[in-house]
Amino acid sequence: MMNFREYKIGSRMFGIALGGSMCITLLMPSFDFRAATSTETALDKQLTAGWETGWNVYDPLMQGTNKPLKVLVKADPKSGQALAEPVYAYVYRVGTPMPNAADHPDNLGKSVQDLSMSKGKLGEFNKATGAVYLIKKDGGALYVENATATLGWMPNDVVSKAADADISHAGAGKTMFVREGCWWCHTLLPEETQDWQVFGAPPYLGDFNGESPTAFGSDRKAPDLLHVGSRNSSREWMMLHFFNPRLVQPHSIMPRFDYMWGDKDANGNKIDYNKWRAEYNEYHEGKRVNPPDVPMYAKDSEIRGLIDFMLSMK
Amino acid sequence: MLKYLFAKNEDIPSGSAAVYFGFSSILWFVIGTGLGSFNAAKLAFPDFVTGDEFFAFGHMRQVHVLAVILGWISMAFAMAMMYITPILGNTRLWSEKLGLWNCFLWNIGLSLGLTLLWAGITSGREYSDFIWPIDLYVAVFIAVPLAINVWMTILKRRVQGIYTTNWFFGAGVFMVIIVYLTGNLPEFFHLTGLSEAYLTWWFAHNVLGLWITPVAAAIAYFTIPKVTGNPLYSHRIGHLHFWSVVVFYSTPAAHHLMSAPLPEWLKSFASVEGVLILVPAIAFVSNILLTMQGKWNMFVESLEVRFTITGVLLAIPLNMQGGFQQTRAINWYVHGTGWIVAHAHLALLGFSTFLEGAAVYLGLQSLMKRKLYSLTLGNIHFWLLLIGFSIYWISMTIAGLIQGAGKIYEVPYIDVVIAEHPYMVARWLGGTLVFISNIIWLYNMWMTAREGTVIPAGRMPHELAYER
Repeated sequence: MMNFREYKIGSRMFGIALGGSMCITLLMPSFDFRAATSTETALDKQLTAGWETGWNVYDPLMQGTNKPLKVLVKADPKSGQALAEPVYAYVYRVGTPMPNAADHPDNLGKSVQDLSMSKGKLGEFNKATGAVYLIKKDGGALYVENATATLGWMPNDVVSKAADADISHAGAGKTMFVREGCWWCHTLLPEETQDWQVFGAPPYLGDFNGESPTAFGSDRKAPDLLHVGSRNSSREWMMLHFFNPRLVQPHSIMPRFDYMWGDKDANGNKIDYNKWRAEYNEYHEGKRVNPPDVPMYAKDSEIRGLIDFMLSMK
Repeated sequence: MLKYLFAKNEDIPSGSAAVYFGFSSILWFVIGTGLGSFNAAKLAFPDFVTGDEFFAFGHMRQVHVLAVILGWISMAFAMAMMYITPILGNTRLWSEKLGLWNCFLWNIGLSLGLTLLWAGITSGREYSDFIWPIDLYVAVFIAVPLAINVWMTILKRRVQGIYTTNWFFGAGVFMVIIVYLTGNLPEFFHLTGLSEAYLTWWFAHNVLGLWITPVAAAIAYFTIPKVTGNPLYSHRIGHLHFWSVVVFYSTPAAHHLMSAPLPEWLKSFASVEGVLILVPAIAFVSNILLTMQGKWNMFVESLEVRFTITGVLLAIPLNMQGGFQQTRAINWYVHGTGWIVAHAHLALLGFSTFLEGAAVYLGLQSLMKRKLYSLTLGNIHFWLLLIGFSIYWISMTIAGLIQGAGKIYEVPYIDVVIAEHPYMVARWLGGTLVFISNIIWLYNMWMTAREGTVIPAGRMPHELAYER
């Protein structure tokens, strides 16, 4: 180290400068982030999307496997009695990794954490049976309830007794949103200054607890999607638009996502993409009056999850 | 080069690692700009190659970005470090073998990471898109070996002081390791929510501010005095540059999220620190331009000087934009628009690429001891690169201003898309010129290796006249 002796002061100053900078830009904001209390939006997003929607070891090929389901429950799945009001249940079947709040309830924020642990029995989950979660309100206070522990609702019962139209695959859809790079053009962040009228309210500090990745996006080449489900709730429009955006918006520069339909349509028939594209080209060139019909997607197709995710963003 | 991977260190010819890095970086530049041109074509003509996920924009955009950052820019930096650090220490590179392995593992890891990204296997975090095993690979097999080689070469130097360029190199390789490991904490430890969002931009900001900007500037501190023969105008201004980079450039990460619900104190602090980026910027630009005193003829005559000074001049609009566009007064208008895309290309394709281009031109000629094969091809490379970049930058800036106006006047979004179309076509043409220029460059350097005139021992390449 002989050759470095004269630089002792410099290296120490360097350490102080960089350390001080990291203290201000990393340590100090971390106190603010920890103090953020979950809003209802955050709880819904966290429980819908599950543990992680970027790459993770439970879904190494990012196919939307091992994701929770959001189910509209109309009758008590245990007793079979109709509920006074339907509720949304977030179903974590066996093998689905638990949401972040289950292992790290402190990310909910102090008040939500306390109620969720005491009234909601959030800590009493069992990975061997899976769990069903509900978002509850006690007066004005929000909490997460583990319905498997409090009501005895089992994940498989909830799913098997629900109609397919009442089951949302939005969790898998968020994975599709990340994998397909939707967020390279569509932001999930209406800006605080001027986006209120068109794209809706900007998010609050507590709207992100437990979400990963947040996928705000930075380069808005297309409309913001944070509240897209409120602006447009038509599943049919989404279907046409994803298959070929030029069907519903001739000037759109969005890519076609027809490949997310997979091999077969809802009736199990093989989708002939070449035929469809040839017919669409004829329509585009004015040789046909109407474009070819868009095939109905299969229940377990990737596009179903993505459309469910779009419609979930209220 | 591969035959030397298992040779004894003393048997490896001096400069092998730098040459390997140099050609790798040019090849990645060709690949990266080719992808960029393809992506731009898709934004102008959305039905150009469609219906396959591997040619979908959302699968290719991040491959372009990381191919140019980790392939072209960072490998050109490594190339510069492998030959400039020893020259400034009057010694040999500490380990050529480590350098060769570093380059080999770099190419392997980058190819693997980009292939996975292309398939959609991503963390979903901008700039830190790689999944965490690849992030760890980058830190351990790419950044750390590079840092060890640079530090050991500086420690084993045979001159008393450490020259400006080497402060930046030594600090840059240290900071990029810290930034890589800290910025990816959300992936390593599954941090979520705003912590994840903020650290994504903490990483993105600091990888530019503490790696790309200072290291690119450090190259200019070497090439201009070396080629012109003028001593650096002021070491004291160099000090000001170095310390203000460390203090001011490491703090404004939050200004990338000015319209997100971050704590207001953090945004205000970041914004003020963001303006102070002008301190290192002005110090750097003035120091280099003043070093050129009496040698401005070389701006025309020497390809290396022309590349370097063009990069330095582009740092002026870059930092004027960068310092002020992040303040609340301006950011609300341009945030999320093509203006920012133009600015990012001004930083990476304008400022930094021209500086690195000079280092690679000068380094490959010096190490292979061969004069550049063709000045004509070099000139074509320079002008196509500059014109292509300018078309890109101007068209995207205009597109961004249109988007900003559309945003505040609440124009239906599709009308903004229609209005932007001509500028999307222009950006594609500009990007394609850049891509073509780099193919020419690769050919020119390949021919230099094979047929360039041999430089006599003890001479520098810029002392010989161009022959073609």
